[in-house]
Amino acid sequence: MNAMTTGAAAFLGRYEGLRAHLPGGRTDWVAALRADAAAQFRAQGLPGRQVEAWRYTDLSPIAALGFTEALTLAEERLSLPAARAPWRAVFVDGRFAAGLSSLPPGLSARSLAAELDAARGLLGALAEPTPMVALNTMLFEDGLFLEVPPGLDAGVMELLSIATHAERPIAFHPRHLIRLGAGARLTLIETSLGPAAATYLHNPVFEIAVAEGASLTHVRLQREGRAGFQLATVLAAVEAGATYDNFTLNAGGRLVRNEIHAALRGPKAACHMNGAQLVADGQHADTTTFLDHAAPDCASRQTYKTVLAGRSRGVFQGKILVRQAAQRTDGYQMNQALLLSEEAEIDAKPQLEIYADDVKCSHGATVGALDEAQLFYLRARGIPAATARSMLVEAFLTEAVEGVRDEAARAALDEAVAGWWEREAA
Amino acid sequence: MPAVAETIETVQSVQEGGYKWGFETDIEMEFAPKGLNEDIVRFISKKKNEPEWLLEWRLKAFALWRKMEEPRWAAVSFPPIDYQDAHYYAAPKQKAAPKSLDEVDPELLRTYEKLGIPLREQERLQGIAVDAVFDSVSVATTFKDRLEKEGIIFCSISEAVQSHPELVREYLGSVVPQADNFFAALNSAVFTDGSFVYIPKGVRCPMELSTYFRINAKSTGQFERTLIIADAGSYVSYLEGCTAPMRDENQLHAAVVELIALDDATIKYSTVQNWYPGDAEGRGGIYNFVTKRGACRGARSKISWTQVETGSAITWKYPSCILQGDDSVGEFYSVAITNNRQQADTGTKMFHIGRNTRSTIVSKGISAGRGQNTYRGLVKISPKATGARNFTQCDSLLIGDQCGAHTVPYIENRCLSAKVEHEATTSRIAEDQLFYCRQRGLSEEEAVGLIVNGFCREVLKELPMEFAVEAQKLLAISLEGSVG
Amino acid sequence: MLKIEGLTAEVEGKPILKGIDLEVPAGEVHAIMGPNGSGKSTLSYVLSGREGYEITGGSVTFDGRDLLAMEPEERAAAGLFLAFQYPVELPGVGNANFLRTALNAIRRARGEAELDAMQFLKLARAKLKALHMSEDMIKRNVNVGFSGGEKKRNEVLQMALLEPKLAILDETDSGLDIDALKIVADGVNAMRGPGFSALVITHYQRLLDHIVPDRVHVLMGGRIVKSGPASLALELEAEGYAKVAA
Repeated sequence: MNAMTTGAAAFLGRYEGLRAHLPGGRTDWVAALRADAAAQFRAQGLPGRQVEAWRYTDLSPIAALGFTEALTLAEERLSLPAARAPWRAVFVDGRFAAGLSSLPPGLSARSLAAELDAARGLLGALAEPTPMVALNTMLFEDGLFLEVPPGLDAGVMELLSIATHAERPIAFHPRHLIRLGAGARLTLIETSLGPAAATYLHNPVFEIAVAEGASLTHVRLQREGRAGFQLATVLAAVEAGATYDNFTLNAGGRLVRNEIHAALRGPKAACHMNGAQLVADGQHADTTTFLDHAAPDCASRQTYKTVLAGRSRGVFQGKILVRQAAQRTDGYQMNQALLLSEEAEIDAKPQLEIYADDVKCSHGATVGALDEAQLFYLRARGIPAATARSMLVEAFLTEAVEGVRDEAARAALDEAVAGWWEREAA
Repeated sequence: MPAVAETIETVQSVQEGGYKWGFETDIEMEFAPKGLNEDIVRFISKKKNEPEWLLEWRLKAFALWRKMEEPRWAAVSFPPIDYQDAHYYAAPKQKAAPKSLDEVDPELLRTYEKLGIPLREQERLQGIAVDAVFDSVSVATTFKDRLEKEGIIFCSISEAVQSHPELVREYLGSVVPQADNFFAALNSAVFTDGSFVYIPKGVRCPMELSTYFRINAKSTGQFERTLIIADAGSYVSYLEGCTAPMRDENQLHAAVVELIALDDATIKYSTVQNWYPGDAEGRGGIYNFVTKRGACRGARSKISWTQVETGSAITWKYPSCILQGDDSVGEFYSVAITNNRQQADTGTKMFHIGRNTRSTIVSKGISAGRGQNTYRGLVKISPKATGARNFTQCDSLLIGDQCGAHTVPYIENRCLSAKVEHEATTSRIAEDQLFYCRQRGLSEEEAVGLIVNGFCREVLKELPMEFAVEAQKLLAISLEGSVG
Repeated sequence: MLKIEGLTAEVEGKPILKGIDLEVPAGEVHAIMGPNGSGKSTLSYVLSGREGYEITGGSVTFDGRDLLAMEPEERAAAGLFLAFQYPVELPGVGNANFLRTALNAIRRARGEAELDAMQFLKLARAKLKALHMSEDMIKRNVNVGFSGGEKKRNEVLQMALLEPKLAILDETDSGLDIDALKIVADGVNAMRGPGFSALVITHYQRLLDHIVPDRVHVLMGGRIVKSGPASLALELEAEGYAKVAA
């Protein structure tokens, strides 16, 4: 517990010193929100492994470091990856970089810090009382504040998060509000990158509201630098007839957690959560999902695949809650792990909690190595062993990645998978 | 057995009503004073004329227990238990230990007859040796002579402490140490009786061994301790049954069961747990907080747990296997029913340590009324357990919209060549199945009984025949009032 | 083409092959017949390089090269093709992708140019047509959800595409109805010529009605106990293994 308290104390210290200067520092409702979050974070600290939700992910490497905020950086010194969509919002160390961004007209996309007053009543509306969300609320400096008007098909938009190199460990806690009006549509491709050797913490929180009949496809490509940390929390509320699709690739970082809470709040809402975790030597990747069926006639599908190479650890925790009102729920979850190394460890905790009787819910989990018979079959057809292995790994990932239908997103994903294989596993 | 006829019979017995094991035996009892302290521990040990080492062992457990906190992580809720407000020793008054059934109080024999466990050998269930435990003490063990001829030791653990102290001392606490958990520590301090089994090398036990537990007295807890050792190449099938009178207080049952299987030995342990579940409003009933664990110490050894849990207000137990021996096998087959206000949090832990160890888990949970039913399980594979295999199937069935079914499996794997498969489903009885049965003339309750029995088939077939029949009846009785 | 001398092999310490001598010249089709447990499948796996079989003695040369020193994929590239008794399912791997990857790996090894997707598709279509197979075959995942007959036809399609010098057909006839059997036999017969040899491993004579071998060898107890012309197969069918081998 001591290490955890130390880590938490450093963050609380930053808050005490900066609170007047943080966005909204002199606005009552924002200051109150931050103060509540700080009180909560002071009480909880960084969660230790005795906390059930964190039993497989040890935050002591983060607790052991003292993080500060990034200094302001000249935007023009950054080299950005090629754009994948016509519009792009770029955040550098958690702050909106207007000069690098091109925001779409017709919908309201802007910096949260610049438009904080407009977020009153929206910011924090979906927050769950988890320590990482509290930390984010306490210290966020900026984020994407995106509202798609009802009925508009906003196409594809990119959200790029870049960490820069700093002498000291830096932390940033962007808060993104994504709100789709009734019947609106959007595909959001989010990529996070960082320099290979920089130590930093990226702690984003997304508050996502998908109104009646709207549809959001959210593709997250986590490719943080290998010394970086990412602890992401996605909070999504899906109303009647609406769809929220999340695909997350966990490929970078030293220790990462992808936590998703999705609530199906109106009849016939749907949620698809898929993901691939590619974990290599020295990495720890955690996907934790919570699917809250709160309304009748909703469907959810989850498929997560973890591939582990070298000395690494993968975690999957996934809970499906079906409340009493959620009759005729159709819930399915599959998580599978493929071990490529004798030094890898996988921990899985799928979970069903069901209070309605007219439901069809199932989950499955498998853990195993590459199938020798399949490998031999491929090699007997002349395919070299390394190629054969990569084909089988790719095939293993198929069910998780095939849901990514947008071409730009799919290209980015395939590139990330191929890159991982060449660097880490081949 | 023709399932339909069986179901009809079952439903008839349902209509006759209620928990039929809920009577109380009027017999003169001897109690320890209420409360729990070192003196009570000494009192129990003295009553049992125990050697010094065992008293020390108990006192150590008691000291450990006092420093521990009652666990609250399971998905069950209950008011605080006042551990000082119970008798930790209750026994029927008897002049001396009975040498034969003729010396056993006739009232006791009648009790077991009413329970369907005739102790008189001439009335015995075909080929089952029974150790009957009444509140704190073992009252009779049948078939002892026959078993002794094979070198099998089957007696109460109190007796084993006197007659085979070296075996008890070697194995007691070797699978479930005193400090293992709060309730195991409590049991270690105050256990009063239970069964002891030793099967010698190469012996296949010629009959089913059985213990029948009965809580009778008011304000008592039952803390039995069972120890089964299967020496190399031996085989034993062991059955455990339990009932208690209907009372509006909650009674604590905190047993510990330890199994040890050496090279090539097999232990099959079956439980039909039918402790009083409390009434429809949740008043009374047994708190069944039990630690059961088996160690597959030897190569190619096998431990198989089968349980049918229909009773108790709260069931909280995880019969587990430590698969140490290479090629050893662990199995867990479970049916748990919760109706009315019953709560169950049960499952298993499979620790894969040896090479090519295999485990199978099949769990069927049925929730009805306002019952809450949780499967909680752990499959843990160590780096050395190369070639380890696990298959888990967890199915839940919901009857009515006021109950809950939960599945919480943990999979922890550190071995490249291990293979783990887990599947879980939750569903309700399909309308078309119900309609099909009713169209063929079954009442809704009969149809449910039939379908539930089918749902549990994979587990029930693991039970010895006599138990399977009883278990099927219990399933239907436990679901009484859950339909319509 | 294939020369086996004194080959012995074990599985988990148990000797299965106890001294095989066999030569398949270029352009010839040989059949190996034998009862269950005689070592037929072990021979096909040893020749194709599957793990789990320990070679304890003897030698195998293929086209003058030491076959046993080669990796499975090197054997395939050298022109050895095993039609599996139980073709393996590869969920998530498309048949077209699989075939093109295999073909290009082999072409690369032969110093030939790789085929792009369009070139491959053209070639595959031609082969499918020649074999009277539907294009569906290459659109599905490798062997996933295939019937027994479809799996065997997929093996023949692969053989036709990869154009091996030596094909080993391991009980390819097992579980096939007569129509599927003909498709398999036509596929093999179409490839017969001076540059193609085959080793047809089978329990029954049935397949050999359609693929008439140049020579028949009887494998029993891990040894070739008798060799003879195609008529030997008929003799075996009529008399049984025990009598013919005696």
